[in-house]
Amino acid sequence: MRRYALRFTALGYLLLVLLGPLAMVFVRAFDNGLDALWKTLSDPNTLHAFWLTLLITAIAVPLNTVFGVVCALAIVRRRFPGAGLVNAIVDLPLAISPVVVGLSLFLLYGRTGWFGPWFQGHGVQILFALPSMVIATIFVSLPFVAREVVPTLREIGDEQEQAASTLGANGWQTFWRITLPSIRWAIIYGVVLTTARCLGEYGAVAVVSGNVEGKTQTATLRVQDAYENFNQSGAYGIALVLAAMSVIVLVAMTLLRPKEEAA
Amino acid sequence: MRWEGLRLAETAHAAAIGRPSRRSSREGAAAATLSLGFTTAYLSVIVILPIAALIWASTQGGIRQFWSVATAPEAIAALKLSLGAALVVSLLNAVFGTITAWVLVRDDFRGKRVVNAVIDLPFALPTIVAGLTLLALYGPQSPVGIDVSLTRKAILLALLFVTLPFVVRTVQPVLLELDLEAEEAARVLGASEARVFRSIVLPNILPGILSGVALAFARAVGEIGALVLIAGNTPFKTEVASVFVFLHIQGGDQAGASAVAVVMLAISFATLLLIGGLRFLATRHERA
Repeated sequence: MRRYALRFTALGYLLLVLLGPLAMVFVRAFDNGLDALWKTLSDPNTLHAFWLTLLITAIAVPLNTVFGVVCALAIVRRRFPGAGLVNAIVDLPLAISPVVVGLSLFLLYGRTGWFGPWFQGHGVQILFALPSMVIATIFVSLPFVAREVVPTLREIGDEQEQAASTLGANGWQTFWRITLPSIRWAIIYGVVLTTARCLGEYGAVAVVSGNVEGKTQTATLRVQDAYENFNQSGAYGIALVLAAMSVIVLVAMTLLRPKEEAA
Repeated sequence: MRWEGLRLAETAHAAAIGRPSRRSSREGAAAATLSLGFTTAYLSVIVILPIAALIWASTQGGIRQFWSVATAPEAIAALKLSLGAALVVSLLNAVFGTITAWVLVRDDFRGKRVVNAVIDLPFALPTIVAGLTLLALYGPQSPVGIDVSLTRKAILLALLFVTLPFVVRTVQPVLLELDLEAEEAARVLGASEARVFRSIVLPNILPGILSGVALAFARAVGEIGALVLIAGNTPFKTEVASVFVFLHIQGGDQAGASAVAVVMLAISFATLLLIGGLRFLATRHERA
């Protein structure tokens, strides 16, 4: 009896908070028929918003992946003084509000900021342009690869690496042939999480982008814009595409997890 | 035993060829410097400098001005609302997250794997989409006749949505590893189910629950995307701290925005410290 009570509590909660609302997006997106949905999605400004979101993701994910692996190796294998501090700083973006991130960049690269005047003098637009949006996205999605790789590196230990270097392998060879193959699932899982975070970023980008339609408006910003301009079916249409992307991400996460555990 | 032998052989071998060789140690040192330099530079440019700029900007008008701006009635109301909502949501997560984790580990039913996968959905879904989905079911055009939009209930609902995975995912692995024998022994000795849970299960999963709750709390305090569409931004009513900061940046009030942002930053630091402390406690057996 108790078992069923708990099961229905858990499933009921999931249904009310998560699955019920999500199912409604599909209903709402098709409210005004397929033509209306197609009209929203083929709008040049909507296409540009998706293009911009994908572009930012394509820049941020590789950078954070390289950083995550290098940083994890430094934390676990080098045992340098201050490793604990670096570890803590890597966690920061998980706890800081995206709006606070946006404001920080706004103050750093703004007219009166430390770097703002210099970039302005050299004719480089950082705020309200792609560079600040990329930096904001890198900030919020920074921890994921490192967070996945650090425990895996700890778990596999360094005996194989030491064996390889005893046998004459240099640092690169050891990394490519020993370390990388054993952490690759952790890296891929981290990349999936990073991608999801980049595609969905809203708060930090909302502050630094200026949200100009067709110029600095990402897909998530366009959802808000459409909804607030009484284009509900448009908002739900764009949301539907974003939700479809996250379902793909979710499937990838589910398929990857068992392999990671088996490794 | 075989393992020990192997290790000894390895050590002997290493000693024989004089490991680490000069060349590889110089190379290793260069690689170490390079990787450390890259890590530090990347973290400085992306994370540390912006945060330093925020703290610096907030103190430009002097501590007194910072204090008066940060304690202005609207700012205080927004911060209180954020903290209060995050606290309520954390507690609800502690209860429902633990129940969900228990069901996923100990119970068995058709479709359990799908449910397990769905838990991660809030991590994968853009927060603005999360807000919109809630609006579809609990908004003005609700098919079930429940409209919470532009109220404080909407804040709780949106925060529950985005923080749902945290406690489940921190409790689940601990429950999976928990030894069933201790519970059986307690039952044989006549302990009731409630007593078994209180005396055996709970002490084991408590660090997991608490670190999940702390993560959910940090997330809830800073959330904005899920809130903007469904909760609105009425000062003193549904304006949370992150929305306050956002609106004040847009309105050109940098002093107000950065003062509240710095208070939020302090809350983030405190929560991270708490999580670090909990992790320390949770691994005390392994370290001993």
